Amino acid sequence: MSSNSMITNGRNAFGAFVDGVRGRWATAPGWQRWTIYILLIVGALLLPSESIGGFMSPYNDWASILFFPIGTYIVLAIGLNVVVGQAGLLDLGYVAFFAIGGYLMAILGTRMGLNFWEILVVGVLLSAASGVVLGAPTLRLRGDYLAIVTLGFGEIVRQTAENTDAIGGPRGIAGIPHPPDIDGIELFGVQIFHYGVLDPRPYYYLLVALAVLIIVFVKRWERSRVGRAWAAIREDEDAAEVMGVPTFKFKLLAFAIGAAIGGAMGVVWAAKTISINPNDFLFMLSATIVAAVVLGGSGNVPGVILGAFLVAWLPERFRGLSDYRILVFGAALVVLMIFRPEGLLPSRRRKAELAEGTGGMGALGAEVPGPEDQPAGEGVAK
Amino acid sequence: MFDNLLGSFWPYTIDGLVLGAIYGLVALGYTMVYGVLRLINFAHSEIFMIGTMASAFVVMSMGLTHPLTGFALVGGLLLMILVGGFASAGSAMLLERIAYRPLRKRGASRLAALISAIGASLFLQELFALVIIPHAFNRPEQGRNQMGVARIMDKDVLFSIGGADVRVDQLLIFVAAIGMMVLLDQVVNRTKIGRGIRATSQDPQTAMLMGVDIDKIVRVTFLIGGLMAGVAGALFVLQFEVTKFSIGFLLGIKAFTAAVLGGIGNLRGALLGGLFLGLIENYGAAVFGSGWKDVIAFSVLVLVLMFRPTGILGESLQQARA
Repeated sequence: MSSNSMITNGRNAFGAFVDGVRGRWATAPGWQRWTIYILLIVGALLLPSESIGGFMSPYNDWASILFFPIGTYIVLAIGLNVVVGQAGLLDLGYVAFFAIGGYLMAILGTRMGLNFWEILVVGVLLSAASGVVLGAPTLRLRGDYLAIVTLGFGEIVRQTAENTDAIGGPRGIAGIPHPPDIDGIELFGVQIFHYGVLDPRPYYYLLVALAVLIIVFVKRWERSRVGRAWAAIREDEDAAEVMGVPTFKFKLLAFAIGAAIGGAMGVVWAAKTISINPNDFLFMLSATIVAAVVLGGSGNVPGVILGAFLVAWLPERFRGLSDYRILVFGAALVVLMIFRPEGLLPSRRRKAELAEGTGGMGALGAEVPGPEDQPAGEGVAK
Repeated sequence: MFDNLLGSFWPYTIDGLVLGAIYGLVALGYTMVYGVLRLINFAHSEIFMIGTMASAFVVMSMGLTHPLTGFALVGGLLLMILVGGFASAGSAMLLERIAYRPLRKRGASRLAALISAIGASLFLQELFALVIIPHAFNRPEQGRNQMGVARIMDKDVLFSIGGADVRVDQLLIFVAAIGMMVLLDQVVNRTKIGRGIRATSQDPQTAMLMGVDIDKIVRVTFLIGGLMAGVAGALFVLQFEVTKFSIGFLLGIKAFTAAVLGGIGNLRGALLGGLFLGLIENYGAAVFGSGWKDVIAFSVLVLVLMFRPTGILGESLQQARA
């Protein structure tokens, strides 16, 4: 018991600190917020430097690691957060949209000769459409059924790619073009628009630009009518419906936005990677991204970024443990869920739901009609 | 396109039923845990994997040069199934104690439980790939390879149906799987502990007020689910004579599919769902080619959930007898 109370105290201290920062942030004047935003962006741009890399990634090229897995996981986690964290729909097949984006880049780039920017636009639109196509039949399901159907769809997409020889079958597609170069623009001595093979930094900057754009959009959605509708659906779908929220439409919108972000990331990733194959899109990636969202604090964008960063970075940093890193990662997930199941930086709204005691299980939207939803008498044994 | 299927309909049917019986046994673990805790026990696939490993270990340590016969065979098979079953049952209870109970006590979200399960699943796979296979099985550097297991029995043909041979091992697997399920059905329906399981799955709060020890029920649920998965693992090794650290992943997802198909929480549905999935998968593979096997299985899942989301027999444990 004493160990339990110690844990609780530790959580409270950490929580109080986070709350303090949050309170100050909520009342900070506009210019202070903008200063912080700009500092954060400058920090992100300075991140690939050697001196930071020496500590952060002694085993691999730090700038490459920043692009994949760190940056990629962060963007994917922000996209999945819209679906899981905000609308409360558990999606275990998110990797499907990443795969669709990647394959669009590969096919349109190698066969149709479109350039990266054109494909990015097409990719976002088509992935969003694929989200609608996938969501329309499945979003009538709730909770765990939705989870398992999305998992099934993720596997269907991958194995269809593996079995379709027209898109390379198990070998995938090679020779994917890089984005077009714009030479002569330098930042910190890097040609930031020269997308070659050797220097990962231009791709990293591209990723930062994409991430900033996505964060701006996602945050604005969160605070709009759409975001409030998502929160209502997450907390109690039936009540939301009764209050006049068109739940199906908003769930579909969340799915489409999540899919568009996943697809955009797939396009950018494929443009750097040159060759892709179905094994780049295993279920494990979906699971890792869900883990990142929950670990960081489902529903809270800064938390999700932190979660994705840790999930991507820790295994790279501790490559010294070589083989044992996945073993340690697995154990760490269990331990974290035992001691801090709401995530490292939970969203304030979600935290209130948990404290109220109504959040708990139902807050994740992962509810199938339980026995209590059945008419009395129907569930009586024998 | 359908010539292949029609030409060898019975061989596909027999293979499908045998595989489906194994799916059904594993599906029981998912369906029971879901019925009682409303939790997808994602690490159940690893419990199955542990069953295959334990029974493979039994066969390997026999050091067979040729298949067993007579009483030695009966003893060998029993040992394989018992060791597989108990290894899995033990690990399932340990899993519950370490990865789930602390979360349950704290009232954590189901998503947290799912993440914990994914973590446990990764941990167990890597534990076998890095520690147990290299050391206990004495295969250093080969932890991630597929392991062949010696043949324990002669796979003679017993009889034929429509020109398809039914081998003794196939019949044995099918009968053993059905037998286990009938036994479980009786336990859940007729014993005191079974009544506790049904009560808990109906309404945990009321069950607790009526004096049901929920913790004990949860432990027993994991024990039974693990036992079934372990037996399924032993039967899998008997049939396919291979195992691997990651063998549980795809089979686990399919077994969960089977559980959902039959109506999750429904014991008889799990068997039915398993057999149904095994058949559909084999027929589909015959028509579209074996590469599409898994795609077909998942497509069936999606279709069933869209049109009959409560599965074939409807969900929940307490209505299993209907």
